[in-house]
Amino acid sequence: MVEQVFREERGRLLAALSRRFGDLDLAEEVTSEAIEIALEKWPIDGVPPKPGAWLMTTARRKAVDRLRRDKTYAARLAVLQVEADLRDPAPASEFPDDRLQLFFTCAHPALPAEDRIALTLRCLAGLTTPEVARAFLVPTATMAKRIVRAKKKIREARIPFRVPSADELPERLPGVLQVTYSIFTEGYAASSGADLQRVDLADEAIRLARILHRLMPTDREVAGLLALMLLIHARRDARTGPDGELVLLDDQDRARWDRTMIEEGRALVLTAITGPPGPYGVQAAIASLHDEAVDVATTDWPQIVALYDVLLALVPSPVVALNRAAALALRDGPEAGLRLIDELADEPLLQTYHPYHLARADLLERLNRRAEAAAAYQRALDSAGTDPERRHVERRLQRLSP
Amino acid sequence: MKYLLLINASPTPSGEVEGCTPADWMAFDQEVRDAGIMVSGESLADLVTATVVKVDAAGHRTVTDGPFAETREVLGGFYVIDVPDLDVALDWAARCPGSRDGGNIVVRPIADFD
Repeated sequence: MVEQVFREERGRLLAALSRRFGDLDLAEEVTSEAIEIALEKWPIDGVPPKPGAWLMTTARRKAVDRLRRDKTYAARLAVLQVEADLRDPAPASEFPDDRLQLFFTCAHPALPAEDRIALTLRCLAGLTTPEVARAFLVPTATMAKRIVRAKKKIREARIPFRVPSADELPERLPGVLQVTYSIFTEGYAASSGADLQRVDLADEAIRLARILHRLMPTDREVAGLLALMLLIHARRDARTGPDGELVLLDDQDRARWDRTMIEEGRALVLTAITGPPGPYGVQAAIASLHDEAVDVATTDWPQIVALYDVLLALVPSPVVALNRAAALALRDGPEAGLRLIDELADEPLLQTYHPYHLARADLLERLNRRAEAAAAYQRALDSAGTDPERRHVERRLQRLSP
Repeated sequence: MKYLLLINASPTPSGEVEGCTPADWMAFDQEVRDAGIMVSGESLADLVTATVVKVDAAGHRTVTDGPFAETREVLGGFYVIDVPDLDVALDWAARCPGSRDGGNIVVRPIADFD
């Protein structure tokens, strides 16, 4: 319970203090100090009536103390503060939610893409540096260095803490959504390791998207992204078997899908696709059709193919084309699907893309072209990133051999 | 905060710098001055007029003609502007004619040792 409060407040404090002082390091230090003091005092004195405001006051006091001790630093920050106030007068509320500003700072295009994800996990999801390191499967020291480097760039190149203006937003928002979705996809299908899914990371991404949606309730792509992740995550328990093995859509026990999540996602899809759709809204609509179906046979494949046509026009990538081909195979039969998949054979991106070889193998097997299917399974095996994926392909290979 | 905008223009195969007209550059220069952010700026003479000096450990000086443009772009000039933050500096860089037609602008904050 207390953990929950701190977790939620930590991000808000960090965002408000970063914006006020223009310095992530200072903001992080005083936020941690304020929480430590609260952990000592609250059990004795009781929780104050406005815990957030209490933490904010304490953290701000700590920051001022620190700046008094370091005059040069204080002078530099004072200049920053005056400039920031000139451009952007302080909001009226005593403790506003500045997390949206922090999202845009962490996902600033001037930072390398991997640093954006690391910073977002560290500053907005509230993961510790070792936890962020674990998420990336790199040593803690490596991650610590990367986070220090990113913070240094924010401070020294003076990347501002602000929400882009309405005319810049279309250019900048996709970056923020991309960071959030990248955290989710790593959780949904880990790129390597012993486990297929990393539910903690996917949960974290959904939590971040909920914050974004609360802060930008009318943005359709934000709603679309949250919907998409909920509709996919609803299937998490059915996606792996008792031994952690991969279970494909056809074989999933749909009773184990999370109905509450599906309902929430479906409601959001309506917001997302009222008006010209964006890529996340369209993908959410596709996921919604899957979740509504009783089984694979009665899934609305014509509608899904039509949505993939829309998506392909918005995002002309070979991965989208592959998914469209797979949907088309279910609408028009394996032969038609295979024809489209083979058209993608020269795409450099797909050469080592596990789902490409797996989808191709599957269609060849359905057409009873066993030798070719076996060769395709072999390529799928070579490109599998996690142990459950490898075991899944091995099982299918065994099933093929007489 | 001061930022250096390094203007890397993209030369055509014939060696000419392609893209913008002198009028584009004059207009941009006027905008920077009118905005009150101009600290300094120069455009550099033709690349073929450049000379490189190196001094080795023994103190011997080597002078060669160069620099040879190993990348596709050549440094054509620079601006130093004084603006509040990186986003504003990037906006100005994006307005600079040198950012178009295959050229690019490298934006670097100037270190403050006060």
